[in-house]
Amino acid sequence: MTPMKILVPTKRVPDTDQKIRVREDGSGIDEQHLPFVVNPFDAIAVEEALRIRENSADNVEVVAVGIGSDDYESELRTSLAMGADRAILVECAEVLDPWNVARILDEVVKRETPDLVLMGKQAVDDDANQAGQFLAALLDWPQATFASQVDFDERRLRVERETDAGIEVVLVDLPAVITTDLRLNEPRYASLPSILKARKKPIERIDFEQLGIAIEPRIEVLSMESTSTGRTCVRVNSVDELLDRLRCEAKAI
Amino acid sequence: MRILVVAEHDRTTIRSGTRSAIGFANSVAQQSGGTVECLVLGHEIDHVAQDAASISQVLSADCAALADPVADRHAHVIAKVATERNVDLVVAASTSYAKDIVGRAAGLLGGSMASEVVGHEIRDGRLVMRRPMFAGAVTATVRLTGHPQIVTIRATAYQPPPPADEKQPITAIGIDESALPNHICFERVESKPSHRPDVTEAGIVVSGGRALKNSDDFERLVGGLADALGGATGSSRALVDAGITSNDLQVGQTGKIVAPDLYIALGISGAVQHLAGMKNSKVIVAINHDPDAPMFEMADYGLVGDVYELVPQLIEKLHAE
Repeated sequence: MTPMKILVPTKRVPDTDQKIRVREDGSGIDEQHLPFVVNPFDAIAVEEALRIRENSADNVEVVAVGIGSDDYESELRTSLAMGADRAILVECAEVLDPWNVARILDEVVKRETPDLVLMGKQAVDDDANQAGQFLAALLDWPQATFASQVDFDERRLRVERETDAGIEVVLVDLPAVITTDLRLNEPRYASLPSILKARKKPIERIDFEQLGIAIEPRIEVLSMESTSTGRTCVRVNSVDELLDRLRCEAKAI
Repeated sequence: MRILVVAEHDRTTIRSGTRSAIGFANSVAQQSGGTVECLVLGHEIDHVAQDAASISQVLSADCAALADPVADRHAHVIAKVATERNVDLVVAASTSYAKDIVGRAAGLLGGSMASEVVGHEIRDGRLVMRRPMFAGAVTATVRLTGHPQIVTIRATAYQPPPPADEKQPITAIGIDESALPNHICFERVESKPSHRPDVTEAGIVVSGGRALKNSDDFERLVGGLADALGGATGSSRALVDAGITSNDLQVGQTGKIVAPDLYIALGISGAVQHLAGMKNSKVIVAINHDPDAPMFEMADYGLVGDVYELVPQLIEKLHAE
């Protein structure tokens, strides 16, 4: 393998263990007191990039990218503490949909010219599953989405993909966009020394306007509401009672 | 409004999710005035086109280079057809094929895309849609700006249309193979043949969770109960991660979304990520040894106990009848 650069876009999302509440006026979710984390699928992408670096005899540089306000710095520090070499924060106060995320990343890729973009298959806030595919389309690069295994094959990548039909295997030329699925790896926890070391690693800040693009909104959220979930559970006492109720009451069997 | 439905098929018939997507497209076309065409891509797909023609007008893109579901080529053709035919709305069922390929096509078409749509209406002449966010905890009402619009729908939220009285026309789309991108090479797909129905298409789904200790037990208990009821098997993420079940069985936020008439959760604790994949099922049964498992809050019927003890009884009683 030859020296390479891997770009890992990461998104800041509410911790998945937290209960999400919608603001009373339905304008969005209540972010007060909500802890944020690196999107779990993006953490898997960071981990995969680090493993590629660790398994390579050549120089591999791992660059984490975040887009957003100053708040994003702490999540970028998490990626740096895991082992990313440096980070880029594209400063942007606007709420971005996947199209505009992809357009900003497109510009970052043109500046950085990585060999590979590794990113999560979806962010667990909007659950859109779009940005990676949009970026690949904008760059006219090949893509392999929902990766559960990534291996080098000369200057190509052999990727196992999790599809509805089972595991699909594709070979993609580099440069490429790979999006990660759950079973690609288990991200490491950063050790205390590496957290301290990460404080000294550089974060380059770019105002998104410097990238020469204007935001083009594509999806407009008119309102949000909590999804009603309530069911009343009838506790049955035996297998016989369960079958009887499923037959006579629910008419489900 | 010109609507294009991207079909997914098994080389013989179109998948049931595509039928639901046509149901959504027909509904939008009726409400807004418009036409619906169904685009079938692949190689030697006459049977598929004929099948699709029983419910929709069909465009057939048939060539050797499209034989496998390769993202760059398929997306290129979808975007080209949408542009050339001045399509206003591209629709597909939200499956791994559509997320991968229709997502890329949407990127080529300007990125106006809504995923996993579960409801819609026409408001002031514009399409307004509902879609889940945050693992289904929130439902957002959205509309798209930009043209064309690309929508993937949850198949569980829309009914397939009844067959038309007569076959609809099939139009062949000419493909210039030399113009197709060629940077992704399809090697193979490792799918496990199963005698059971697909988990997204079955009327009854029996799912297993962490309580199942190995794949033999899963097959005997979850598979056995599914077979006794003529249903499909599903799995929680924990079992896929542990290598006990294969990924194509995973039900949940990042797996498959199901809404059968009956969902039986065996030894599944009920993490929100799992609930996101099955909470719209009509009747839900939970069997779990932990009386406080969150799964019970999502269930219509709950039975507290050991699945290793209770499920064999269930299977036996069902077989005895």
